[in-house]
Amino acid sequence: MSTRKPYVRPMAGWWLKNPVYVRYILRESTAVFVGIYAVILLVGLLRLSSGEAAWNNWLIAMQSPGAILFHVVAMGAAVYHSVTWFSVAPKVMPPLMFNGEKVPVAKIVAGQYIFAGIIYLVLLGLILWG
Amino acid sequence: MSKRSNEPIVWSLFGAGGVVVAHTMPVLIFVTGIAVPLGLVSADVLAYERLAGLADGWFGKLFLLVIISLPLWQSAHRIFLSLHDFGITGGETFFRVVFYGAALWGTLLPLFLLVGM
Repeated sequence: MSTRKPYVRPMAGWWLKNPVYVRYILRESTAVFVGIYAVILLVGLLRLSSGEAAWNNWLIAMQSPGAILFHVVAMGAAVYHSVTWFSVAPKVMPPLMFNGEKVPVAKIVAGQYIFAGIIYLVLLGLILWG
Repeated sequence: MSKRSNEPIVWSLFGAGGVVVAHTMPVLIFVTGIAVPLGLVSADVLAYERLAGLADGWFGKLFLLVIISLPLWQSAHRIFLSLHDFGITGGETFFRVVFYGAALWGTLLPLFLLVGM
């Protein structure tokens, strides 16, 4: 048995030491809210498949103060995810060429905001008035 | 032949999930979690007949599967990779099974439910 006790650099709170790390952890944390919300939707689908009474119980559960609070925070997390996703996208995709020149990153990001804005409006329109 | 990594498959599902989350989730959370529960919009928006009707058509089935399954893959992949950031470095296989298994379950269950609806 080894009696060696190597020094292990402590990990706790490392990400609090730099605002860049804080934003990184914040971005990665949005995944927790995304996951919980997807499970809430999955439970909703289970209820929907069980019939009207079960579905209405799901709707009532969504009205509890805890649920409302969760969804307010989750919506903030979803918006933060979207913002960070759009700013990372130009870095992970091949360069976009137009007339033989690279399209600037700022324009790609702006284009994504416009595209996402249109999708949001269409989706909201279909859900509310479709 | 060298052992192939499953990373491209998981990353593709993660990437697709990230796109779906970025383009739908703020609106979906607002409608299902805030606007309807607080009565800011009519309760008819999420009425049983309407949602059952949505789950009845192939487009609605596909939409519901996409908004449930892909965000789960996105979430599972991110949380799995974040374990390392919080000093959890062992048990990689175990955590792979837990997180990707959950996402797979969250794909097969809605698929099964939607096919039967």
